[in-house]
Amino acid sequence: MLKKTGIPTQADLQEVYPRPERLAQGPVAVIECFQRIPCNPCATACQRGAIQPFEDINDRPQLDVDRCNGCALCVASCPGLAIFVVDETYSEDQALIKLPYEFLPLPQEGKIVAALNRAGEKVGEGIVVRVQNPPAFDRTAVIHLAVPRELASDVRNILVEGEPHAER
Amino acid sequence: MIETQIAIIGGGPAGLQAATAAGQTGAQVLLIDNFDRLGGQLVKQTHMFFGSQQQFAGTRGIDIATKLAKQVAALENVQVMLEATALGIYEDGVLLVEQHDRVHKVKAERIIVAVGASERMLAFPNNDLPGVYGAGAAQTLMNVHGVKPGHRVLMVGAGNIGLIVSYQMLQAGVEVVGIVEAAPTIGGYLVHAAKVRRAGVPIYTSHTVKEAYGEGVVEGAIIWQLDENWSPIPGTERDVAVDVICLAVGLSPLSDLLWQAGCEMAYVPELGGSVAVRDELLRTSNPEIYVAGDVAGVEEASSAMVEGRIAGLGAALSLGLGGETAFKHLQEAREQLTALRSGPVGEKILAGLRRVEREVATDA
Repeated sequence: MLKKTGIPTQADLQEVYPRPERLAQGPVAVIECFQRIPCNPCATACQRGAIQPFEDINDRPQLDVDRCNGCALCVASCPGLAIFVVDETYSEDQALIKLPYEFLPLPQEGKIVAALNRAGEKVGEGIVVRVQNPPAFDRTAVIHLAVPRELASDVRNILVEGEPHAER
Repeated sequence: MIETQIAIIGGGPAGLQAATAAGQTGAQVLLIDNFDRLGGQLVKQTHMFFGSQQQFAGTRGIDIATKLAKQVAALENVQVMLEATALGIYEDGVLLVEQHDRVHKVKAERIIVAVGASERMLAFPNNDLPGVYGAGAAQTLMNVHGVKPGHRVLMVGAGNIGLIVSYQMLQAGVEVVGIVEAAPTIGGYLVHAAKVRRAGVPIYTSHTVKEAYGEGVVEGAIIWQLDENWSPIPGTERDVAVDVICLAVGLSPLSDLLWQAGCEMAYVPELGGSVAVRDELLRTSNPEIYVAGDVAGVEEASSAMVEGRIAGLGAALSLGLGGETAFKHLQEAREQLTALRSGPVGEKILAGLRRVEREVATDA
């Protein structure tokens, strides 16, 4: 249970996860924000009006999946690092995950890294295909990670072996 | 004797915003802080803040400190005293301030106390061993002084501070072996919890520290599980080898100056401890003294900033300064504060406030 472990349950995820039909159409944001807290930068960051403006600052984000193009501006702007972009159409057998990452040094593009699930367990490997870190992202880099498609709904973090924070 | 219209004690989020709000009305303001730079706890907050744009949501705390300090520096009528400690507020309204081994008398028509809160201790055997830190102290070591507190850390407390400092330790290359939390559920924002969890840090709810051990320094801790009545369950002990035990078990308002000034006080657990009874504009039972930020009730930096604005504007208006513009800004700030507290996380604060907010005689 999320409130006991910090890991969202399948039921939590089902509530926010885009439907297979939408996933089949290309990149889309997955907003894993399950608690009413006073916070709205995702809605103000979205240039396409896909994240609906909040009536109450405590509202949870509501995503219009048809307006979202998976640009990942919200990924870098979410103070809770709770937004990801999933592109299940990335290649024949791979999905692309765009995830927020705040550890240095940033991985090199082309590097193979451990792909971690929401419990921090290694579930496979991914390839870093792009690292976005423009000034506008304010030091929250967005890592584009190619993973086997069956891992698309599980992988939410990476571990770059050999880095200090990877010693465990 | 230094004479000013409004003296503000504490240059954190509340004090800085109080100084800007009061300064913009034209008031003569003296802002006093004991550190060598302004910002209070913001200077070590490397994470992005929550809230809305008016409270700099999405901006990192350390950058908010810079922005707020710039606003203050732009106001010629706001003087800043750094490395200065407020020692006491006396019967005649004189405030004593120590700076660089000299004691200054300050006479202000209004004083805004925005001194924040201090970290709580937790009682367990060997909690006096070197290696037992307050989470805020460990955060200061890392993020202000660039010093790692140790190599392997057990965090105690899964409130926002415990979760955020755990994350920042990981960023600094420190291993966090786990977070124990006595309550049955995580107290901090679940997005923070999810963030440290997917970095591989387990969160043990209904667990606490039984004891620390080590020869002269912390070498480990014994943790154990609590039942639904918060009683430890014998046989559930687990030994974790760590060189740091970090305590993030809550904050208490730093209310000493208010007690000493004779303000009417109340003990309100929802607000973190002893706080001053005040009206909606944060004026205490002493009409010359206002409170803002964590000293008025432990909450978030976003609400501390808004409270600072309210107290700054309220104090200025009570001196006949600011006029309609200040009154309008005051209403806006009060609406922002209401919005910030309107969700589930604000319920506790509102329950606490109902016990200390009352009509205080006003000459405004």
